[in-house]
Amino acid sequence: MNTDNKTYKKYAAGRAKKSPILKNCASAFASGGAICAAGHGLRRLFIYAGLSDDNAGMLTSSALILIAVLLTGFGVFDTVAKHTGAGTLVPITGFANAVASSAIDSRTEGLVPGIGAKIFTVAGPVLVWGISAGAVWGIVYFLVGAVFMKGGT
Amino acid sequence: MEYLRAFTVGGALCVLAQILIDKTRMSPGRILVIYVVAGVALGAVGLYGPLVEFAGGGATVPLTGFGWLISEGVRKAVDAEGAVGILKGGVSAAAGGITAALFFGAVASLVFRSKPKR
Repeated sequence: MNTDNKTYKKYAAGRAKKSPILKNCASAFASGGAICAAGHGLRRLFIYAGLSDDNAGMLTSSALILIAVLLTGFGVFDTVAKHTGAGTLVPITGFANAVASSAIDSRTEGLVPGIGAKIFTVAGPVLVWGISAGAVWGIVYFLVGAVFMKGGT
Repeated sequence: MEYLRAFTVGGALCVLAQILIDKTRMSPGRILVIYVVAGVALGAVGLYGPLVEFAGGGATVPLTGFGWLISEGVRKAVDAEGAVGILKGGVSAAAGGITAALFFGAVASLVFRSKPKR
């Protein structure tokens, strides 16, 4: 068969298994929503127990992270995530799973080049760009504040 | 009612990511980076705070909430201490989550064995 690149691409795209986007979105909505509602409940519980808003939020994240790490360790998370897709990825559970699974998978490479380095495979980019974006925002916020103060007084 | 709001907003943020994954074949890692940076940006312009008020866990549990936490930490630290807050605020606010993820992840890697991928 004589096919150029373009026709092949068209052919391949037509033959490729269509990802059932509607079904994926429905299960992402249901599972992601459920995790968020559960997190909301946990937060309420911590506040009810007398913790400050900040600490309640922090402990809620930590609790969800702990659960996700444990489920990752027992091999349950991947099985669930196959069905939930972005529903388990987007909540903090997805971050925790990425951290734990890359650490667990690289254990045989040693404590430093293995676990120590590979634990950042996904966490690294998230932290680097999240923290850097925060620093950029801080510079802007500080400068705007400085200009505003000068103009105001 | 507040749980319904948390469910709906959190679920909607997940659907948005699912569409990105299905339509662009973006890697999960890239989605997470986009979400955290978007959270910082939306927090900075003051749009994410009201969403947190409205949806609670629906806005704080997704990774955009992690970004929002960073932007809020930076804003408060700059308010309190000036320019040094630029370097301190973000990570301070996110310290608990970062430590939990890295510590639990490290311990888990010592306790659990890697499962064969199927």
